[in-house]
Amino acid sequence: MSFDALRVAREFPILSRQVHQKPLVYLDSAASSQKPSAVIDAVSNYYRTTHSNVHRGVHTLSEEATRAYEAARESVRSFLNAASPREIVFVRGTTEGINLVAQAYARPTLRPGDEILVTELEHHSNLVPWQIVAGQTGAKVVMAPIDERGDVIVEEFAARLGPRTRLVALAHVSNSLGTLLPVAQLAQLAKRAGATVVIDGAQGVPHLPVDVRALGGDFYAFSGHKMYAPTGIGALWGRLDLLDAMEPWQGGGSMIRSVTFAKTEFARAPERFEAGTPDIAGAVGLHAAIDWLRGLDLDAVHKHEADLLDYASERLREIPSVRLIGTAKQRVGLVSFVVGDVHAHDVGTILDGEGIAVRAGHHCAQPVMEHFDVPATARASFAVHNTRADVDRLAAGVRRVLEIFG
Amino acid sequence: MSDLRDLYQEVILDHTKHPRNFGALEHPTHRATGHNPLCGDQLVLTLDVERDQVRDARFAGKGCAISTASASLLTEAVKGKTVSETHALFERFHDVVTAPAESEPDLAGLGKLAALAGVREFPMRVKCASLAWHTLEAALSGAGEPVSTE
Repeated sequence: MSFDALRVAREFPILSRQVHQKPLVYLDSAASSQKPSAVIDAVSNYYRTTHSNVHRGVHTLSEEATRAYEAARESVRSFLNAASPREIVFVRGTTEGINLVAQAYARPTLRPGDEILVTELEHHSNLVPWQIVAGQTGAKVVMAPIDERGDVIVEEFAARLGPRTRLVALAHVSNSLGTLLPVAQLAQLAKRAGATVVIDGAQGVPHLPVDVRALGGDFYAFSGHKMYAPTGIGALWGRLDLLDAMEPWQGGGSMIRSVTFAKTEFARAPERFEAGTPDIAGAVGLHAAIDWLRGLDLDAVHKHEADLLDYASERLREIPSVRLIGTAKQRVGLVSFVVGDVHAHDVGTILDGEGIAVRAGHHCAQPVMEHFDVPATARASFAVHNTRADVDRLAAGVRRVLEIFG
Repeated sequence: MSDLRDLYQEVILDHTKHPRNFGALEHPTHRATGHNPLCGDQLVLTLDVERDQVRDARFAGKGCAISTASASLLTEAVKGKTVSETHALFERFHDVVTAPAESEPDLAGLGKLAALAGVREFPMRVKCASLAWHTLEAALSGAGEPVSTE
């Protein structure tokens, strides 16, 4: 059975709207995906029928809300093939997940002169938290370079692993180039060198079946809002022995076992890392998004999106003066490009005028822009609801850019 | 949105492709750097001001069509003006590009700068048009700090 993207698209209410009197073509899911009715309804129903605070009251609503929240945790566990729901910490998103690891795991363990290895293609959210913790501990951040196609150079990566490498942070999929990193291979090299491996899964989970145990890292963080769930919710998977050994990073309600003025005992993971009332409705929405995505068949989704990416690369390459930025061996979900010497923001504005939403800018990956010597790129990113017709609209829009800039 | 041609007028496209007064003065009396961190636009403005009059102005840097054209038009517009005249021009210009999209802007006295009036319909791009002007203000006030649109 072939994948019916048009039928899927009808499940996204926002896709029926117009932008500048033209039907919306949404090609910015790598920034944030749109939401299917299944997710919107789940959040709405939760507020209409179930909402209360979790892990608190003995009343019925509190019990139901707690059950919904923990069911969401179990669905994330199953989605990532983690060993235990205790390994799933709810966070605001990938950024918070990585900062949690930086502050609660890395900060107490790093010593002056220790090294944190990151790749050149990281999003700022998988670079800046490490720079901050390096500043706090005297550790230093070491960079593993990419080649001219946008692939991490494995030998260079391996050469930078040394006795002082404590931590390796890498993306599953690059948000600016679409590069799929050989995460399992890199994680194995890092583990052999004795380093802890943190994976930024923000651009992985929306497109690929993820098995954290097969990938072989120690932490994996992702955002719900890039995979059809609401904003404000995401999850950090961490190996239980590591989480259990970590001190809390924020204090408050929910994360304690007992409190006196003399001494406070903390709850175990994952509650230990979830101080304060969590985003319960967000977790419910994430659960709904996972169920919805799985209902589509992840392998079929992956195939469909790979086809769109190939087709878009082909259509864009046909246009004179369009240059694709990032031509890695394996790419996922997006294509970055420049149009002659027209600035990406002008490309973005003209495409918007045609009803086409793309991202234009440095994609929070300034080192990558520097590597390719461009100030910015336009980026079209794909989701389950996109079709080849959307790509045709994009190509026509890019031709319009050339018409205007002649 | 009204037609994109309102934004990308011929004057703007011309100044983007062929920026006037591009480069740096060798012995400027005033100099400032402007930066828009959102899009990475960067420009350096150098001025030669003598007896309260802007004798020469140049800019260098890279940016989008709107910011490049705006800087190019600025260098043309301020040449020969007194410092207080350039301040007044900045205010007029600023009022026009930040006016509500549906308003009829008063373009009197703006000359070629009027070509940038279409920016008011594109709120995300107002900063592109005003970067050069903020940099000019910084240069004239002699503040050594680079100006930023953020």
